[in-house]
Amino acid sequence: MASSQSPAVPIVLQPVRSVGRSVIDMLRTAGRVALFGVRGAACALTPPWFGGQLARQLMSVGYFSLPVVGLTAVFTGAALAPNIYTGGGRFNAEQIMPQIVALGITRELGPVLAALMLAGRVSAAMAAEIGAMRATEQIDALKTLSTDPFRYLIAPRLLATVIVLPLLVIVADIIGIAGGWVVATKTLDFNGAVYVKNTWDFLQDWDVESGLIKAAVFGFIVALMGCYHGYNSSGGARGVGRATTHAVVSAAILIFAADYLLTAVFTHK
Amino acid sequence: MSAPKPTGTTPKLEWKGVRKAFDSKKVLQGLDLSVAPGKSLVIIGGSGQGKSVAIKIAAGLMPADSGQMLVDGRDLAGLPPKERSRALSGMGMLFQGGALFDSLTVWENVAFRLINADKVPRKEAKKRAVEALARVRLGPQVGDLYPSELSGGMQKRVGLARAVAANPEVIFFDEPTTGLDPITSRAINALITEQVKGLGCTAVTITHDLESARTVGDEIAMLNDGVIVWRGPAADIDRSGNPYVDQFVHGRAEGPIKPAI
Repeated sequence: MASSQSPAVPIVLQPVRSVGRSVIDMLRTAGRVALFGVRGAACALTPPWFGGQLARQLMSVGYFSLPVVGLTAVFTGAALAPNIYTGGGRFNAEQIMPQIVALGITRELGPVLAALMLAGRVSAAMAAEIGAMRATEQIDALKTLSTDPFRYLIAPRLLATVIVLPLLVIVADIIGIAGGWVVATKTLDFNGAVYVKNTWDFLQDWDVESGLIKAAVFGFIVALMGCYHGYNSSGGARGVGRATTHAVVSAAILIFAADYLLTAVFTHK
Repeated sequence: MSAPKPTGTTPKLEWKGVRKAFDSKKVLQGLDLSVAPGKSLVIIGGSGQGKSVAIKIAAGLMPADSGQMLVDGRDLAGLPPKERSRALSGMGMLFQGGALFDSLTVWENVAFRLINADKVPRKEAKKRAVEALARVRLGPQVGDLYPSELSGGMQKRVGLARAVAANPEVIFFDEPTTGLDPITSRAINALITEQVKGLGCTAVTITHDLESARTVGDEIAMLNDGVIVWRGPAADIDRSGNPYVDQFVHGRAEGPIKPAI
């Protein structure tokens, strides 16, 4: 075991040491998360699978997230429409509003907002549930019952979230655009049929597909953060609370970071 | 200090110079201990002396920092993954808090290994779970309840039923009577003895409860500061002549054992 005694460091170098230690800790954590993710993905992609667990997660992550994702999408679309209408008006281009709403929702806001909602709802729930299982030795119990916790707990959650988030984003895209349509037709005097036609004619396959690819990546991040922080929690109830907070915050930050990277890649396509 | 190891046969379990530390806290400092097949060993000792860590290493739940954990004479750490899984699959454990899966019913908990690891059809697994519940004096109606609907004693019984349902060769009992009233504790001790004798398996129990130690153990070993300081037949615990054991048995504050506070 390494000694806990640290060599004496001149006081002027203390900040350097502190920064160095933080960087090393960060890299170590990143390595642990990466290994956890790779192991989880490997278990998700290879048998044996636990179908019952997967079905339960599909229900919990997907079906029960529909209301929160739908409501977020409808209000986002409804708020986006008048803003773009106002912005477009400055260039005498108000009529382009349906197309920009559709583009904004499918490429960016649909996947990002749905993922953020799932970070709050699903990532937190996963961290809390798995953390509580850790605190009450249920994860150890799984091992003594010849069941790999990665296959039983982690893989179904990763797989379910990666499958479900793109499906939720399709729903969010439709509801978000519908939210814009309602505002446009009821308050901005747009013709409903023309709005739909303009949107449909304008959107390209890739606008939707790129959003769905983002959603799958975000889904992996949401589940990974929830599972990682829950699985590695310690310190009883306080540790579970800490794991839940870390899961939501880290998932949200990583979603934005991944969004930027994916957008950069997609726009250079 | 410690009594000689069982002779004449390969021990079912053997800790050989096992060391384990958490940061700067050295928990096990060269643990040497063995259990013969079919025997019941109880490990006693104060809080924080490494009893739980010792059985978690034996059950494959955590690795040792150094030393060897032998199962049937083979080092767990040196076994290929499949062989290691096979060696560990012959073990069951009753956890201190029960560790029942709260999202599953009682019968699903008991049949968990049968359904998920042994791939026994659910109907057959339920039948065997109900049989296992009957062995710990719980009726079939309990099978459809959830763990949160059970008392602490019933949860321990369900945990015991789960541990014995797959007929393991080795069972670990982690503080089986902690938090239970004396009558329930006695009932749990009797059930443990009955199940261990009935299955003919090897048992390792860790406990603070001396009555439990006397009842369920063929032998008792005392762990202090990460090493075994005494080992002998359960009947000798009250006349061990060992200052550590005497202090523990009589619950004296003065003696070689430092209180954990």
